[in-house]
Amino acid sequence: MSGRAIAGAFLGLSLGLQACSSLQASSSGSAPQKLVITGSSTVAPVASEIAKRYEAQNPQVRIDVQTGGSSRGIADIRQQVADIGMVSRAAKPEDQGLNFHTIAKDGVVVIVHRDNPIQRLTRQQITDIYTDKLNNWQDAGGKSQAITVVNKAEGRSTLEVFTKHFQLKSSQIKADVVIGDNEQGIKTVAGNPLAIGYVSVGAAKVNVEQGTPIKVLPLEGVQATPQTVQDGSFPLSRPLNLVTQGPLNPQQQKFIDFAQSSQVKDIVQEQSLVPVQE
Amino acid sequence: MSRFKSEATWRVLLQILALCSGAILLLILGFLAWETLPILHTIFLDQFWRDPGWYPSEQAYNLTPMVMGTLGVTVGAVLVATPLGLLSAVFCQYYAPTGVAQLYRRLIELLAGIPSVVYGLWGLVVLVPLIAKVQPPGSSLLAGTLILALMILPTIALVTDASLASLPPSYWHGSAALGLGTWATVQGICLPAIRSGLLTAVMLATARALGETMAVLMVCGNVVQVPDSIFAPVRTLTANIALEMAYALDLHRSALFASGLVLMLVVTGLVVVTDRMTDAPES
Repeated sequence: MSGRAIAGAFLGLSLGLQACSSLQASSSGSAPQKLVITGSSTVAPVASEIAKRYEAQNPQVRIDVQTGGSSRGIADIRQQVADIGMVSRAAKPEDQGLNFHTIAKDGVVVIVHRDNPIQRLTRQQITDIYTDKLNNWQDAGGKSQAITVVNKAEGRSTLEVFTKHFQLKSSQIKADVVIGDNEQGIKTVAGNPLAIGYVSVGAAKVNVEQGTPIKVLPLEGVQATPQTVQDGSFPLSRPLNLVTQGPLNPQQQKFIDFAQSSQVKDIVQEQSLVPVQE
Repeated sequence: MSRFKSEATWRVLLQILALCSGAILLLILGFLAWETLPILHTIFLDQFWRDPGWYPSEQAYNLTPMVMGTLGVTVGAVLVATPLGLLSAVFCQYYAPTGVAQLYRRLIELLAGIPSVVYGLWGLVVLVPLIAKVQPPGSSLLAGTLILALMILPTIALVTDASLASLPPSYWHGSAALGLGTWATVQGICLPAIRSGLLTAVMLATARALGETMAVLMVCGNVVQVPDSIFAPVRTLTANIALEMAYALDLHRSALFASGLVLMLVVTGLVVVTDRMTDAPES
C-alpha cells in the first residue's frame, strides 16, 4: 500500500518536473509572460540590468537571463529553448538565418601588472609573446624576467576575438596560465608582476578605477577609449548582440527595441561598454 | 499480526529507497556514456592518448596530460595531508589536554566547513603570488597540491580521530600493564588497530581531492601539459570540464563528457582497490 503511494509520488514528481521544463521554453503563456535570454557572459550583466528596467516598466513580464557563452546563445536560439540569445562577436557565415541586433560595443584589451615598466607592445611582439618566441620582458624593453602568458580557455569569445585579430591558432599559443572569466584573468595578472593577459575593456576599466594593480596597454598605438571602440579605430573591438531566429514576435520586438533605445544608454555606459545609440 | 505486517511494509519501503539510490548512480553513468557516444563514433579511441594535445577547435582530444594532472595534484595532496592528519589525530587523542583537544577538534571541523571557492580565492591571491616569487608563474602543481592538502586534511584528521576514539580501553590497560609508554602504545598498538579506519579516511580524502574543481581551477594555471616540475601549471579533468563546458558544442562537449567518464572510472578503480585492502585479512 505505502509502496504504491510512494511510487505514485515519484511518478507525480517526475511528471511535474517534466511539465516545468516544457513550460520554461514557451514564451507566450498567459500571465505572467516570460522571456528567456541566454548566452555570452560579457553581454549578460548589461542584459540583466536592461531586463530589470524593462520589468519595472512592464510588470507582467518576467525576464530570465542565463549565461553560458556565445556558443550557448547561438545553440539555444537554434534549438528554440531561449527567446533571445546573447552573442559577443560579429555574425559569422555559419550564423545564417539568425538576426543580430547590436546593443553595445566592447573592446578586448591587453593588460600587464601596474609595476611592469612596459608602456606599449607592437602587434608582432604580442604574437611572439603568445607563441613563446619572445619569453623575456627584456626583449620587449622591460626587466630581465620571464613572461607569464595568461590565456583564455577554449570556447570563450574573447579568445576567438583575440586569436582572429592576431591570426593565431589556439594550438600555437603557449600559455603559462589558462583562465576562465575576466575577473579571474584580472586577479591573475594583478597577483603576478610578470604576467600579460587580455580581458574585456569593461572589466579592465572598472578594476583600474577600483585601484587593482593592472595596466591597460594601447594596441597598435590606439588607446582603448569609448570613442576609439565605438568608431572602430581600436583594433580589438567587438559588437555585443542580441540574437533571434525568424520573424520577431511582438514581445521580442518590444524588448530589442527597448535594449537599443536611448532609455538604456546610461546602463550601457555604467558597464563601461560603448553605446550604439545616437 | 499487525507487527508482522508493518515489518513487510518496511521491507518494501526500504527496498524502494535502496533501489532509488542505486538507480541514481546508474543513471549518471548511463547519461555520461550516452553523452560520450557521439565522440566515440567520430574519432578513434586511441586519439584520447595519441593526439598532439587538447585543442577541441582543431579536433585534437588528448586527455593524458589532464589525467596526469589530476593524479599529480591528488597524490601530492594525499602525501602531504595523510601524515599531518594522522599526527594531528594522535595529538588530539593522546597528547593534548582535554580543553585544548576540544578546541583543536572544533578548529579542524571548521576547516572542513570552509567552501572550496574560498580556499581557491585565498590560494589565488595569497599562495600563488608567494610561489610566483620563488618560481613564476606561481599557478602550479605545487599550489594545487597545497590547497588540496589543506582541504582534505580535516577529513583525514577527523575520521582517524573517530577511529582512535572507538578503540576499547582494554588496549591501553594491557599496554600499561606491559610498561609501554604513550608513543610505544600509539605506534605499536593503536595505529595498527585502526588500519581500516585510516584507509577509509585516506580513500574519502582521495575521492574529495580527485573531484575538487573550483579551488584547483583557480590555482593550478590550467595549462594542458604533462608537468615537468612542481612549479609547472597543470589542468585537472574537473577543471577542464568546468572551464569549457559552458562554452562547448557538439564534439567538444562530448569530449568533455568523456573526461567526466574517465574521472568516474578513476574513482571506481580507487574504491575497488581500497575495498580489497580493507577486506584483506591482517597479516
